[in-house]
Amino acid sequence: MGRAKDVLISAALLVVGRHRRPRLGDGERIVPDGPAERGWESVAIVLFGLAALSALAFPILYGLDVSPSTQLLGISLGLSLVLAGAGLVVTAHKLVVTEEIEEDYPPEEHPEEQELVDRIVQESGGRLTRRRLFGLALGGAGGAIALALVTPVVSLGPVFRISPLLGTPWRRGRRLVDEDGRPWLASDIEENDFYTAFPEGADDEELGSPLILVRLPKHALRLPEHLRDFPANGIVAYSKICTHAACAISLYRTPLFAQDEPRRALVCPCHYSTFDPADGGSVIFGPAGRKLPMLPIHVDRKGHLRAAGNFDEPVGPSWWGVRLRKPNP
Amino acid sequence: MTTRRAAWLVALLALVAAVPAAAAPTPLVELGRHLYGQHCVACHGMNGVRTPRAIGFGRSRTQTEQEAVAPSLVGVGALAADFYLRTGYMPLPHLGLQPRRARVLFTERQLRALVGYVASLGPGPKVPTPHPQRGNISAGLHLFTDHCAGCHQIAAEGGYVTGAVAPPLEEATSTQIAEAVRIGPYVMPRFSTKAITDRQLDSIIAYVLYAKHPDDRGGWALGHLGPVPEGLVTWFVAAAALVLTCMAIGKRLKHG
Amino acid sequence: MIRKVVRFVDQRSGGAPLLRKTLRYLFPDHWSFLLGEVALYAFVVLVATGTYLALFYSDSTAEVRYHGPYRPLQGQEMTEAYHSVLNISFSVRAGLLIRQTHHWAADVFVAAILLHLLRIFFTGAYRKPRELTYLLGLSILGVSLLEGYLGYSLVDDLLSGMGLAIGYAVAVSIPFVGANLAELIWDGPFPGTHAFFSRMYIAHVFIFPILIAVLLTAHLALVALRHHTQFRAGPRQTERKIVGMPTFPGQTPRSLGLFLITAGVLFLLGGLAQINPVWLWGPYHTYSSTNGAQPDWYLGWLIGALRLMPGWDFAIGRYTVIPNPFWGGVLFPLAVFGFLLGWPWVERRFVSHDYGYHNLLDRPRDAPIRTGIGVGVFTFVAMIFVAGAADRIDVLFGWSYTSQIWTYRIAIWLVPIAIGVVAHRVCVELLEGEQAERSRRLAEELARRDGERHTLEEPA
Repeated sequence: MGRAKDVLISAALLVVGRHRRPRLGDGERIVPDGPAERGWESVAIVLFGLAALSALAFPILYGLDVSPSTQLLGISLGLSLVLAGAGLVVTAHKLVVTEEIEEDYPPEEHPEEQELVDRIVQESGGRLTRRRLFGLALGGAGGAIALALVTPVVSLGPVFRISPLLGTPWRRGRRLVDEDGRPWLASDIEENDFYTAFPEGADDEELGSPLILVRLPKHALRLPEHLRDFPANGIVAYSKICTHAACAISLYRTPLFAQDEPRRALVCPCHYSTFDPADGGSVIFGPAGRKLPMLPIHVDRKGHLRAAGNFDEPVGPSWWGVRLRKPNP
Repeated sequence: MTTRRAAWLVALLALVAAVPAAAAPTPLVELGRHLYGQHCVACHGMNGVRTPRAIGFGRSRTQTEQEAVAPSLVGVGALAADFYLRTGYMPLPHLGLQPRRARVLFTERQLRALVGYVASLGPGPKVPTPHPQRGNISAGLHLFTDHCAGCHQIAAEGGYVTGAVAPPLEEATSTQIAEAVRIGPYVMPRFSTKAITDRQLDSIIAYVLYAKHPDDRGGWALGHLGPVPEGLVTWFVAAAALVLTCMAIGKRLKHG
Repeated sequence: MIRKVVRFVDQRSGGAPLLRKTLRYLFPDHWSFLLGEVALYAFVVLVATGTYLALFYSDSTAEVRYHGPYRPLQGQEMTEAYHSVLNISFSVRAGLLIRQTHHWAADVFVAAILLHLLRIFFTGAYRKPRELTYLLGLSILGVSLLEGYLGYSLVDDLLSGMGLAIGYAVAVSIPFVGANLAELIWDGPFPGTHAFFSRMYIAHVFIFPILIAVLLTAHLALVALRHHTQFRAGPRQTERKIVGMPTFPGQTPRSLGLFLITAGVLFLLGGLAQINPVWLWGPYHTYSSTNGAQPDWYLGWLIGALRLMPGWDFAIGRYTVIPNPFWGGVLFPLAVFGFLLGWPWVERRFVSHDYGYHNLLDRPRDAPIRTGIGVGVFTFVAMIFVAGAADRIDVLFGWSYTSQIWTYRIAIWLVPIAIGVVAHRVCVELLEGEQAERSRRLAEELARRDGERHTLEEPA
């Protein structure tokens, strides 16, 4: 019993007790000496101690999973790191010497070495008679191998086929359905509201799929000649994908009191391209460079909305061919 | 004007007559009519019918446009009156502005009086009583994404529409949300019970109420706005702290 | 004890001379020299936290239904990728801490690189013989922007999906080849196939981090080979003599301390400040969007440029040569990077005509033209960056978005010029002031010596 106590006391003394500063060997010191800073030494020790405590809290908090766990875990880990870092900063400033040593910068260049390298290369090629041709052949081989090695990159996607970019699932007669696949009735579509529609049985996530439907009063429509018969009973259908940067147009600005408020518009929330639903989707404001593609629709005998063809323009953001081609059926 | 006034009197008389067991107009309706005359008539016109030439005030457009300056209130019902008055949207400080949430100018009694008066102008919808507790938050989030997030932002923190601001919904009560959905104030779409059923509306409201105090298990919520405030914290908290640390560690140039 | 370890290592590697040299490698002391270190430590935190996250993340875009603990998403359809990130945030213990720390570290990493770049630029540290170091640093910045973008895009929440859509639009907008290039990357038109997410994932956790690590190693190796630049703090510092403290014992506790504090700040933020709460954004579909969607701050300058562009595509006949997003999304960043990359050569050719070696740094005032041009360019970028948040400014302060956009469209050209000219003027004035002060002191000194001579001569 007494023995254990002795061991503990001596161990504690060993750790806590102050040692005489080590005597270094004779000869000139490399690192200059400085005065002891007992106060700062205590500060650093306390900081490291607190850092250890804070870090030890981490596994405990993790194990107990006390709420709010993310905050407690973050505080314990973050604080321990900051405390230990602060201890090291104290060490740097107060407990080790800050030397200011002077030294030469490395030489700007090594002309003799440069010369030697040049000679080694030149002399190694001394046996070649047609250097230029040799170099060309070697370079050609290297280039061709590199080309061969990058060729498989083409498999990554249909790089030479642009038809996928023009494809939309819309074709004549295809019904307009909602997100759950229920067909939209023309009578569902009311003025001053907007609706999202998809082609029946197609992939909703394709850029060519989603439509935004709005119903406008007859007198409000100002469609250009070639789009005159695109609406059905005042319902107009546009691609929901902005022609600027492919975001979904999910803002419909429809004034309650038209005399005094901004006029009807479809707006994209990414860069605020603003389109006029009344005149075929022209750009009123914002960075879009192209009008919104419009889909011709009609109402079938059961009152369901159906596509009457494909969009008047390719859907999605502009690329080199959007004005050259029509969307694929 | 005189025929209008006569019609108005007739309407009022009819209204009064319709009130059972009361020979004279109740004080509340009388108060409502009085307040209407004070605060609303200039734009909405006598009797809630917009006049071809209303009396403008402030820098209004009425001087140049001889058109109505505000929508007719006949048939908007208690629902609209309740919404606009309790949000402080009305009365507008001056014409042509987007109505914004503001201090409510009226006492509870005055509110009831005005709402009652506007409701009396013509048959219209009552103040709705939504039941968000019956709603489903997950369905609400889904519907909110489809119908509302484009303008109001996915966590209902508000947003911008060209030419208008979609207000944040932090202060909106269940009733106000239900009212706004049915009215479509300013440039907001109007959703009928066909587009959004009352049941779906309950779910949307349940979600909006949830979004006022959502699960912020990550800590300081930064307004649920994402990258903009996160960038501010990066620069003004993290980068600032780390630059100060660098300055504490390294030397500064002394001028000489 | 130490001796024993050193002997063991030296006998097996012959590394003792190198080790000794490394310990006494010199670091000139100035706080701004530590900014690059902050970036390095943020990168270390990124690699560590990112590795942990990769153990839980799934790159699959298969549709699953959510039945986890977060009620507002229960029953919703989402991709496995998004689902796995929800799990990291809700079900993996300490997962959210690590995720948030990773995201904060990314934001801080780029911020620290930018601060470091500003220091390098305005002190002329990029001059010969350090142009390569500078180019490598800029490449790290460029790759990091892409790396960060891929990182938050992998989550497949509503915000990241919208960001990818914009990225796609920018890619297809590249003249002549954009559409084909985008099809290559996405494996077809947006949103691409499941292969696209595998590609993003491998790029984010393998290709780009390794690229950054390689560039970083080369960057640091060049710094060490050429030694660090220094300010002329006194007469001891010259173009040929470096004055600094050795790696050990001077620099080591400083750097280690800075590392720990950087990591500590990041973990504190990761625990206390919510970043990218993806559960609030919900899953992405091409047909959904939210208002106020923004990229992380370091891409904010691009959304600003996209929004400021007036609405037209440049078409010749029916051929669309330059679709609109190209200006803001490609040309603008290319121009800014082009300016930064080319500046050392432009400066020496047209401005300073100085082809010499430089180990001593300029203070910003010492090179008024550089400072003026630099301040102008950075103001230009900063204004476009702020314009990216114009919608929030409208919502918060009521300054109409449309009038802001029109103001910016003009102001981004005029204000930087004005500020650049002012900066130049300030530098010149400061220099002249110093010059005057120096001549005054010189005159005083001469007068004093004169007096001394007189007093000395008088008795004679």
